[in-house]
Amino acid sequence: MTHALTVAGPAAPVLAATENEHRTFSLVLFALFVAVTLYITIRASRQNRTAADYYAGGRSFSPLQNGLAIGGDYMSAASFLGIAGMFALSGYDGFLYSIGFLVAWLVALLLVAELLRNSGRFTMADVLAFRMRQRPVRAAAGISTIVVSIFYLLAQMVGAGALVSLLLGSQSESTKIWTIVIVGALMIFYVTVGGMKGTTWVQIVKAVLLMTGALVMTVWVLAKYDFNISTLLGAAADASGKGQAFLEPGLKYGATDVWSKLDLLSLGLALVLGTAGLPHILIRFYTVPNSRAARTSVNWAIGIIGAFYLMTLVIGFGAAALVGSKAIAAQDKGGNTAAPQLAEALGGGAGSTGGAIFLAVIAAVAFATILAVVAGLTLASSSSFSHDIFASVLRRGKATEQDEVKVARIAALAIGAIAIVLSIFARGMNVAFLVALAFAVAASANLPTLLFSLFWKKFNTSGAVAGIYGGLVSAVGVVLLSPICWGGKSDTIPKGNVDALFSETVVAPIPLQNPGLISIPVGFLCAYLGTVLSKERTDAKYAELEVRSLTGTGAH
Amino acid sequence: MTTESSGPAGGGGAATGADNYVLIDQSPEFQRLRSSFRRFVFPMTAAFLVWYLLYVVLSAYARDFMGAKVVGEINVALVFGLLQFASTFLIAVLYERYARRRLEPLAAAVDTSSVALTKDAHAGAGAVSPVDGDAPGAPDTDGTQEGRR
Repeated sequence: MTHALTVAGPAAPVLAATENEHRTFSLVLFALFVAVTLYITIRASRQNRTAADYYAGGRSFSPLQNGLAIGGDYMSAASFLGIAGMFALSGYDGFLYSIGFLVAWLVALLLVAELLRNSGRFTMADVLAFRMRQRPVRAAAGISTIVVSIFYLLAQMVGAGALVSLLLGSQSESTKIWTIVIVGALMIFYVTVGGMKGTTWVQIVKAVLLMTGALVMTVWVLAKYDFNISTLLGAAADASGKGQAFLEPGLKYGATDVWSKLDLLSLGLALVLGTAGLPHILIRFYTVPNSRAARTSVNWAIGIIGAFYLMTLVIGFGAAALVGSKAIAAQDKGGNTAAPQLAEALGGGAGSTGGAIFLAVIAAVAFATILAVVAGLTLASSSSFSHDIFASVLRRGKATEQDEVKVARIAALAIGAIAIVLSIFARGMNVAFLVALAFAVAASANLPTLLFSLFWKKFNTSGAVAGIYGGLVSAVGVVLLSPICWGGKSDTIPKGNVDALFSETVVAPIPLQNPGLISIPVGFLCAYLGTVLSKERTDAKYAELEVRSLTGTGAH
Repeated sequence: MTTESSGPAGGGGAATGADNYVLIDQSPEFQRLRSSFRRFVFPMTAAFLVWYLLYVVLSAYARDFMGAKVVGEINVALVFGLLQFASTFLIAVLYERYARRRLEPLAAAVDTSSVALTKDAHAGAGAVSPVDGDAPGAPDTDGTQEGRR
């Protein structure tokens, strides 16, 4: 892998000496992280014997370990670099994102984590299909799991290509392609060789690195302002060139007409309801021994993720104050390099050795962040393909455990390969919307079905199937009719959207960029209608699900 | 319970297992557990969702209010945002305490011995998964039901 990393070098343009210095140091740190994680993965693979080892890490992780791994799985590059960048460029509006991402964990804690741990085995569909006819529900849940994971995966991998080339100071296409290929190859290796155990350890290492890096930056920034938040905010507002508006909501979201305000509500809903429907998050609850450990690990995760988002507030405003919004936007108009640029400034500024070193450290942390998240996504989607679609839908429950694990490994390879190819084609596109779309699908298709399964006695097969497909189709459908695809100028988007996927001039039929406001109610409604229009009752199985989910009896 | 002596692998079969679950579901001990659980999580979920949506709605529609200064450069929007963090942490702590003090003892009081050994039976009926149980030697099949609670 170190060899492959250096291959990207020659294609890059020749840079100034100090930039070379941080590039070399970045590459050394990347390589070090890769070497450590490969070692951990290979070690973990020696203990991979059963399906429970492969899918659920032998259910042997402690609550703190799982809490860290949940953080590692959840805090993507979009959270770290994206939210810090949003604070740095749009001020307060970054907070709307991070608060949604955090509060969402209460849905997972109160309504989902323990019940899922007690009644499921390896995948989200285990719980959705518990009371239902297996094949239709598992097919629907498997499709939705794979769709959500692929959307999220594409956003991460395309982002990784752009990010690493930015951090290495190379704008060449070959750097982007090589980055995507290397990230893809590593994630396939972690998942196929290490299974859930290897993936979990990669996520734990990443979480520790990310938290440490963020803490150092936060304390450093605060120290520059005598630990006075008010002074920091004032300096950020002054340096942003936007004055007081920088500290208030509205620079980015809900700035124009009634639709853009509704869009903000739509985003908020999808963020808060999406997390508890993300398959790669849900399967993490299976890696601990029992429901009490699942609950405690979510509480650890809430503490870790909450602390992290509080730190991104300081990092983002610190970047605005110390680097300046203009200098950040000049480097990347999305603001994704705000945190690395802040690191350089803290270390002594461009051209200094300290700046080069700290920049390289933060760049390596960002790289680790991406790797841990994509591995989690690949594992979730390949597990669901094997356990739900292969074993249940195709083999009608007659596959052996060994076959299942073998198919899961092949599926990880195939999904990884597909993700690499799609990401290479999509590398020039603005795919940041895919993260919000993944949350919207999770909130519209997965969450209604999950909640009705656990809490509504009358819920049945056709309700589950209708809910999943209804939520999935409506979320994707709204985006296909939105300004993300049709970029014409309108009252909502006075400047139009030049990155629109289909047309830059045609006005979007639905002016919402975030589908949640429409698709979440549609998902719940479809699940309800599907249920009442079918005569099937699953009362006895519901009694079993209730008893098992609340008492833990018969838990795997 | 009557099937307690049926031995490992649930001689009673899937139907008996399902009937036993219905019996447990209707037992007063289980009803108490379920209502205690729901009494906490449903109102709490409603409360934090309303509290969060209030924050989002104010951010969208009440910008003058959100922009009002509290002290120094710190405005209502920032305080409101930080309170969302505080309330999230608080609810997590409250639920952990409630679960340990109230829900766990109630769950332990539910008599599940009639179904404790029918795991194979209900899994074999295609309930949870097509492949039954984890392979021998996996850590989670070693313990007894009590050990895992």
